[in-house]
Amino acid sequence: MGDRYEIRFSGSGGQGLILAGVIFAEAATIYDEINAVQSQSYGPEARGGASKSEVILSENVIDFPKAQGIDLQLSLTQESCTKYYKDIKPGGILLVDEDFVRDIPEGDFKVIKLPIIRTASERIGKAFVANIVATGAITAITGKVRIESVEKAVLSRVPKGTEEMNKKALMAGYNMAKTKTAA
Amino acid sequence: MGTLKLLQGNEACAEGALYAGCTFFAGYPITPSTEVAEYLARRLPLIGGVILQMEDEIASVGAIIGASLAGKKAMTATSGPGFSLKQENIGFGMICEVPIVVIDVMRGGPSTGVPTGPSQSDIMQCKWGTHGDHPVICLTPAYVQEIFSETVRAFNLAERYRTPVFVAYDEIVGHMRERIEIPDKGVLPVENRRRPTCSPSEYMPFDDTQGDVPPIADFFSGYRQHITGLNHAADGFPVNASPRIHTDELRLLRKVEGNRKDIIRYETVMLEDAEIVVFGYGVSGRSGKSAVELARAEGIKAGLFRPLTIWPFPAEEVAELASRVKAIIVPELSLGQIVLEVERCAKGRCEVEGIFRVDGDPITPDQILEKIKEVG
Repeated sequence: MGDRYEIRFSGSGGQGLILAGVIFAEAATIYDEINAVQSQSYGPEARGGASKSEVILSENVIDFPKAQGIDLQLSLTQESCTKYYKDIKPGGILLVDEDFVRDIPEGDFKVIKLPIIRTASERIGKAFVANIVATGAITAITGKVRIESVEKAVLSRVPKGTEEMNKKALMAGYNMAKTKTAA
Repeated sequence: MGTLKLLQGNEACAEGALYAGCTFFAGYPITPSTEVAEYLARRLPLIGGVILQMEDEIASVGAIIGASLAGKKAMTATSGPGFSLKQENIGFGMICEVPIVVIDVMRGGPSTGVPTGPSQSDIMQCKWGTHGDHPVICLTPAYVQEIFSETVRAFNLAERYRTPVFVAYDEIVGHMRERIEIPDKGVLPVENRRRPTCSPSEYMPFDDTQGDVPPIADFFSGYRQHITGLNHAADGFPVNASPRIHTDELRLLRKVEGNRKDIIRYETVMLEDAEIVVFGYGVSGRSGKSAVELARAEGIKAGLFRPLTIWPFPAEEVAELASRVKAIIVPELSLGQIVLEVERCAKGRCEVEGIFRVDGDPITPDQILEKIKEVG
């Protein structure tokens, strides 16, 4: 269990965070051949509420499928950040949308703030690709999965006709996080 | 090499059904099982199969019983509240010896309970949900790959023993995604029911001189069938007399109980020198496996028994373990169901301790490790 790397995608129901988790897990396990498990937790509502999707990566077989100590948590909403941040392990990373998560919790973790939703709506032109922008950012920050693999997974999972937009969104998130973490 | 895919447990179940030759699905949607139906709704029409959304759960079982009697491999999928409603026709399937597969993706209950949360509290309903003495086969996979292979096995057992077979797994493994390899055709065995070789005029659908599993003819194939929920004679017509009822009821149970070795499957981890054993299935079995690894790393002699067949219950195996270990720990997402069966088989020869959880989260490896240390 020692080499588990746990990522949690959290936000509001309808933001596509389960899909983001699925894409990331598919990139890891189908294209990069790392063991991965993706699970999700959601309430009865289809929209709204706090929603989360978790991806666990490991070189070994993954038995316990849920996160126990989060290495990286993404939060696109204040509610999901406040509700879930306590599971971040010491020295972990909290990645937040800088416009929507204003009240940053305190703890033994590194905070990275990025304008994820703003990038999706202003640079790509569609707020609903924020999940893909975030996936690009997580790919850059974790360095666990190749960006080419994530791109393949994105293209295999998004609706036909939206491929170019999603590719742009992925790279926007990836480059934004690269610039931010290099600074 | 088969095909590698990242699939959800429920999708793997649907793939398993297709691999086994299922061409008919009838159901009524219910969280957390709906993806089984959704996946088959996309795939079955492409191979000339049928998917029907029925008016309710009991009708769904009626539909698959009809399809199976017409010679098709048929399945339904549901969750606890729907499983309760299906019980009447499941009993009908048992007494009429109809090969069908029923998937139960377990969520919290009773009643509507927690639709999106995991549970393992239908496990006694699998055994005793329908009334009367009846044969029960219930498989309990824990990994996405296993949901695929155990669904294939469920169809094989249904065909081999001419009886309904359940596959029961919790919401967590139903909804989680893992990489699976879908084997090429021919890699996993796929069985078909024994059909009559006699002439139509000689055929009797419940002729026990043909063995405990009489051949079954397809409806509309020229062989006369009579199907009734009443106890029946060899020709299928009602009978209300001894000794036929007694011998036939015994035969129904014997089909399963007499073939335990063929039906019971399980995984064990480090049981040889184990002093404390975790007995867990489904997601609790996965937690158990991690807990055993943690315990071993601390020098504690722990082992795992993870049943893939929960009914018929691996009674002999549990009895043997109980005679040589200090304690058996039973983690389950209920307030204590399968632990009773473990206690029954242990007969007081070792300590049996349950860990129960019904708050929507799985039992963690740390929770189990703590219990291992407590009893150790």
